[in-house]
Amino acid sequence: MTTGAAWTNPLRDPRDRRLPRIAGPCGMVLFGVTGDLSRKKVMPAIYDLANRGLLPPGFSLVGYARRDWANEDFAQVVHSAVKEHARTEFREEVWNQLAEGFRFVPGDFSDDHAFSTLRRTIEELDEVRGTGGNHAFYLAIPPGFFGDVVGQLKEHGLAEPAPGSWRRVVVEKPFGHDEESARELNATLAEVFPSGSIFRIDHYLGKETVQNILATRFANAMFEPIWNSNYVDHVQITMAEDIGIAGRAGYYDGIGAARDVIQNHLLQLMSLVAMEEPTSFDAESLRIEKLKLLNAVTLPRRLDLTTARGQYAAGWQGGEKVVGFLEEEGVRKTSATETYAAITLHVDNRRWAGVPFYLRTGKRLGRRVTEVAIVFKPAPHLPFTRAATEELTHNALVIRIQPDEGMTVRFGSKVPGTQMEIRDVNMDFAYGGTFTESSAEAYERLILDVLLGDPPLFPRHAEVERSWQILDPVLDHWARKGRPEPYEAGTWGPSSADAMIARDGRTWRRP
Amino acid sequence: MIELIDTNAAAIAAEFVASRLRAGSPAMSMVMTLVIVVDEDEAEDAMQVARQASHEHPARVLGVILGDARGKPQINAQVGTGAGWTGETALIRLQGEVVKHAESVVLPLLLPDSPVAVWWPADPPEDPATDPLGRLGQRRITDAAAATHRKSKAIHVQCASYHPGNSDLAWTRITPWRALLAAALDQQPLKITGGSVTAERISPSADLLVAWLSDRLKVRIERKGSGGPGITEVRLESKEGPIVISRRDGRLATYSSPDRPDRPVALKRRQLPELLAEELRRLDEDDVYAATARRLMKLHLA
Repeated sequence: MTTGAAWTNPLRDPRDRRLPRIAGPCGMVLFGVTGDLSRKKVMPAIYDLANRGLLPPGFSLVGYARRDWANEDFAQVVHSAVKEHARTEFREEVWNQLAEGFRFVPGDFSDDHAFSTLRRTIEELDEVRGTGGNHAFYLAIPPGFFGDVVGQLKEHGLAEPAPGSWRRVVVEKPFGHDEESARELNATLAEVFPSGSIFRIDHYLGKETVQNILATRFANAMFEPIWNSNYVDHVQITMAEDIGIAGRAGYYDGIGAARDVIQNHLLQLMSLVAMEEPTSFDAESLRIEKLKLLNAVTLPRRLDLTTARGQYAAGWQGGEKVVGFLEEEGVRKTSATETYAAITLHVDNRRWAGVPFYLRTGKRLGRRVTEVAIVFKPAPHLPFTRAATEELTHNALVIRIQPDEGMTVRFGSKVPGTQMEIRDVNMDFAYGGTFTESSAEAYERLILDVLLGDPPLFPRHAEVERSWQILDPVLDHWARKGRPEPYEAGTWGPSSADAMIARDGRTWRRP
Repeated sequence: MIELIDTNAAAIAAEFVASRLRAGSPAMSMVMTLVIVVDEDEAEDAMQVARQASHEHPARVLGVILGDARGKPQINAQVGTGAGWTGETALIRLQGEVVKHAESVVLPLLLPDSPVAVWWPADPPEDPATDPLGRLGQRRITDAAAATHRKSKAIHVQCASYHPGNSDLAWTRITPWRALLAAALDQQPLKITGGSVTAERISPSADLLVAWLSDRLKVRIERKGSGGPGITEVRLESKEGPIVISRRDGRLATYSSPDRPDRPVALKRRQLPELLAEELRRLDEDDVYAATARRLMKLHLA
């Protein structure tokens, strides 16, 4: 067998861009197989990857849960999850070859016996399926159990890869609930796994449209010259949901919108929109630029005037009568958890000095939309009468993340007719089907990246901790003072949020 | 769909604009023009394939049916947007003298400043790059497996007239095989000493796979015959033992390699829409196909 650094695969050629990346021999161990995340996202994504031929031959999936199941019961659970949620067509032969690699280990997270069974199961898979000692542990469980699980993995020698193989751990948000808990969580994981083997999934970063932010900014000549405080008035980043907490009261009550969405998704979006050009697109260069941007982010001094929060009250959402947050099942009647959060951030660097970034998110808002709006300054001089430009507002470039992926440019144009009248028009670019139907779901991309050991799309712990550092003063301020303001379900949030942005002489876009 | 009888390129272009306005969406975000050169009999199927591929690559699709070149010239067209398409479509029927000047109809209908791909679903010209319609495209897509005459030599004809921008769906069909073989050597860095490709007697894809393997591995690769469907086995020999991927039913393959357990792997023969979508993903020259075509000619002449 040829070995050593000199070996290059003769069948690979960098010019051969048809060949997809296929993960090497490996398997995955899934903790928390009965949860929504596993059934709706992880299992379908694994099937879709197999269907697209991107999983290695012999890929194996081990389920671990406190259920009295045999391998076949587990396969049945995966089967129904795949049938219901997979993106690609169901094909019997793909399913059969995948299902041969399913194993189930019953046990809870402190069960020594079960973890030794898990170890034997993995060794058996290496033997009969050729997974080569490479395994990813996917912790689709509440973070409170991470310590138990990784401790057990360490104790039973499951976290230690044999030479030439790898062990990785995959975790999902929430990465803590403040800076301190995030550090603890990271310490727990870092005690067992080296930092390069810890993959934190922020599924927003797996979305094609989010990756396209970087392509738009750095592959074109026409956007970057105006991407700074000389031309940009302010930036609005919005993630609105039309649904309520939908049975997640246990998780959501006490967490709230800011922790759930702003700390991870919105700050990650902001760093991609605002960061400087990375020297390359490898993980390290991206991380450096994102962290540099986050390090330059500051909060205004008066948090009472520059933040807003709300809690949805009963109302009509899109033609359906819905209950308020406090009436949702499982929510404490006195809960002060916010379901809407808006904050103002500044970036202390040359590019963005004086340009506020407004981040907002909420549940039970007007419609489901995620977008980034770059709002430009008015032209320095308008050679028209005041009346002619009355209908003209700010130029804007809107990156629509979901749904209806695409980009909108809004600018002034003459109203047809004999008079000189100018009003806003939209120029719209839709990705059409390209990035929606035929493109991979975020989880497919991210799971494949985990198996390939390719980390650019995963936030590192320094980013996570810095994001909490930014948000913690706001959360403290809210905890000390008052309650969230109620807003009617189906509207665009509490009036305090409108007042907050109006203080700066601006208004929220209606997305 | 609007029927235009006895029309010309300008009227077809005007109808594109009119139907866009009627649909209420003046911007279509189309990224390319796809010209399909096709017979009347196959036109409907080919447009259906293009419709599915257009979901990944929003395009203006121009189906060109070349009719009888004798007699009075006439151009008829069906123009439309929407109805499952992400772009605009026109099916243009040419008759009479204009058949010899089809490029004059197509040229004014190409989208400004964006790439053009030309696809012959069945019998391609012997030299697509010098064909009047082929000359309009950056990408010329042929399909040796769909040739209706001189079948066994179709891929050799295409490789002999290779020109940057040419590509054949027989090549597209073997991407999954190539990916799996490349992954096999990623996993086990074996020194390959020889090998074989087994497939039905006439299989342009198998011929290309032989050429690719021998070009990359610099060893002799045998071509063996079987009952199919398509390629049924690829075998690479090494000192440690063979890597074998065998697929009897065109769907599920068995993957064996030295010192490893045998494993099943899904390796389905893909349908035309998938193949066309892969082909339209990159419109620059395919260097690896160029090298493989050159190798095929060398093997053929040797």
